[in-house]
Amino acid sequence: MCVAVPALILSLNGIEAEVDIEGVRRKTSIYLTPEAKVGDYVLMHAGFAIKVIDLQEARETIALLKEINAAG
Amino acid sequence: MEDRVLMAHGSGGKLSHELVNRCFVGKLRNEWLARLDDSAVLECQGRLAFTTDSYVVTPIFFPGGDIGRLAVCGTVNDLSMSGAVPLYLSLAFIIEEGSDISDLEHVVDSIQRTAQEASVCIVTGDTKVVQRGKADKLFVNTAGIGRIPQGVNVSGSNVRPGDAVILSGTVGDHGMTIMAQREGLRFSGDLVSDCAPLNGLVAEMLQVCPDIHGMRDPTRGGVATTLNEIASQSRVGIIVNDVAVPVRPPVSAMCELLGLDPLYIANEGKLLAFVPTDRADVLLEVMRRHKYGKDAAIIGQVTSEHAGRVTLRTMLGTSRILAMLSGDILPRIC
Amino acid sequence: MEFCGSHTAAILKYGIRQLLPAGVEMLSGPGCPVCVTDQADIDRAIALAKVPGVILCTFGDMLKVPGTYSSLQQARAEGCDVCMVYSTLDALDIARANPDKPVVFLGVGFETTAPTIAASIAQAKQQQIKNYSVFSLAKLCPPVMKALLDGGEIKIDGIICPGHVSTIIGSKPYEFIPREYGVACVVAGFEPVDILMAVDQLLVQLGNGRPRVEIAYGRTVSPEGNVRAQELLAEVFEPQTARWRGVGEVGGSGYRIRDRYKEFDTERLFDIKTGPAKEPAGCRCGDVLRGVIRPTACPLFGHACTPERPVGPCMVSGEGACASYYLFGESDGR
Repeated sequence: MCVAVPALILSLNGIEAEVDIEGVRRKTSIYLTPEAKVGDYVLMHAGFAIKVIDLQEARETIALLKEINAAG
Repeated sequence: MEDRVLMAHGSGGKLSHELVNRCFVGKLRNEWLARLDDSAVLECQGRLAFTTDSYVVTPIFFPGGDIGRLAVCGTVNDLSMSGAVPLYLSLAFIIEEGSDISDLEHVVDSIQRTAQEASVCIVTGDTKVVQRGKADKLFVNTAGIGRIPQGVNVSGSNVRPGDAVILSGTVGDHGMTIMAQREGLRFSGDLVSDCAPLNGLVAEMLQVCPDIHGMRDPTRGGVATTLNEIASQSRVGIIVNDVAVPVRPPVSAMCELLGLDPLYIANEGKLLAFVPTDRADVLLEVMRRHKYGKDAAIIGQVTSEHAGRVTLRTMLGTSRILAMLSGDILPRIC
Repeated sequence: MEFCGSHTAAILKYGIRQLLPAGVEMLSGPGCPVCVTDQADIDRAIALAKVPGVILCTFGDMLKVPGTYSSLQQARAEGCDVCMVYSTLDALDIARANPDKPVVFLGVGFETTAPTIAASIAQAKQQQIKNYSVFSLAKLCPPVMKALLDGGEIKIDGIICPGHVSTIIGSKPYEFIPREYGVACVVAGFEPVDILMAVDQLLVQLGNGRPRVEIAYGRTVSPEGNVRAQELLAEVFEPQTARWRGVGEVGGSGYRIRDRYKEFDTERLFDIKTGPAKEPAGCRCGDVLRGVIRPTACPLFGHACTPERPVGPCMVSGEGACASYYLFGESDGR
């Protein structure tokens, strides 16, 4: 349901992060993910980071996607 | 002179003349405006294309353009889509009382630059001022006349099964740029309107392929809506390949963030061309050499099956309908 | 069955059904927080917007949902101060900027959104913002999944668990499903490959007769979920019975604002009066939401009820099953 998108944390000021989503920027709160750091990818929903993304798992999915694209 | 527009500026008297001279005639110099007759008298031969459009965009200045550039491009492009060479434009402003005159001047400067780029003349115009609150800063109307060269027959009803569908570049740039500016969404970044006059590109296309069957610019409602219009008008089916549609990453990201589909977002500097399939590659080459066609791509084909319907082939190889835009485009988070 | 509007939309958008092996049928459950909001609650939200001086802030999703008499969009057109926001923090900013006006946030969503609503309440308390309150309509998913399984109207073999809800709550809350009902569960992401993988894993589980809860969206879902968000939810809210359109009352499925935050609870601050709620005649949103019928089986679908003129929320909402079926042309005879 909930539209959420991976975003890269560019900078942090307390609990306020500036994130980048493929060239789009927005202020995002890390109130729900205080462990997030600059350079982390977070899942962004309604102006909040709701989870820090596990990059290893993400890479595996991207690899699968590439395999499918190649086959298709 | 005052720095804000007053009701008196629209009354036809001295202040009106000052405004017209300062903001319009002085900037859009040509023989017709210099005369300031009630009508512009033009000489034209052959088939004429004639179009009109109104522009109410908010905000009036946005990355990549402004309401003035939009107005000229919109009308120039409508004429070009009929295969016409755009020649003369009219320009009417409805200005909200209290607007900044310097804003007006910037808009007209932009109109002048764009008209020059498109080689068109603004030959007649009008200004009205309405009370505060009755117009959102500035509304613009333009009408345009163009001449259609002999042998050119471009129409939405002319599209045939077997035609290739070419899109001149990336989708969603204009609409998402405007949306990011509005509605308090607070996004910024690499979003720029694609607002551009396409008559130069069209001229080069017609030179290598005078037999272009149909052209249309996918403005409101996006590529999806335009394709549906053509499918209906020409009574053909259209198949689109999802992966072939070019989208810039920031536009794609913005659409994902707001739960929107780039195929439904307005474009103001793109065209769809429906061309004989054996000319598609040569057209693509010519388009890609032009600054407004560098991302051109063949995105689909026209068929005789399922007349009136547009089908999308997904990245998985499955198919589904690409419907016309229904209702408003509202951002969602759920 | 999937319990997430975004999954429903993705399944239709990518034509996933065309890739399913014979004998596998996919049904859509009540996964759209807008669609499951009870009619009476929508009426109350509109009534709140009509209270003089109130600024009602809402996500875009809710603007066009038809209540018994009106909609938020209509209320806005009639002069009510209805403000679309992307984030609850924007609503807080509006409260700060308008200290003399009560700012009410329409808190619709599932567990993905509920923590952002809780965060706004916690921050309002910390920053002593006295004019902010939340009309708490957010809901929890596992209780409604249980209600549907208990209802037994449909024999469900496997569940695609919501992706982003699980980011917050983890996968543990679903463990009762295989344990008590023998139903296989996979938490899935939203890319086509994610959904295909989830279906595959469900079939494998059913094939070897060992249903359990698996995570196929490991990049953002862990078994424990986001503990900090869960703690915040427990701090600000307590579970209560909530009314779901089409399903009725479901115990423990709503979020009630706790006493310690009562000054931020719209229901305790305002006495909201509305006329009797009435769902539109012939509307079968309820049956669609429980997966009892496909949208195409509703007699209003595509005729009296379209995205331009929606009768019920399943057609209005960008994630409603009916809107997805209409937009992506799932054939079922169309």
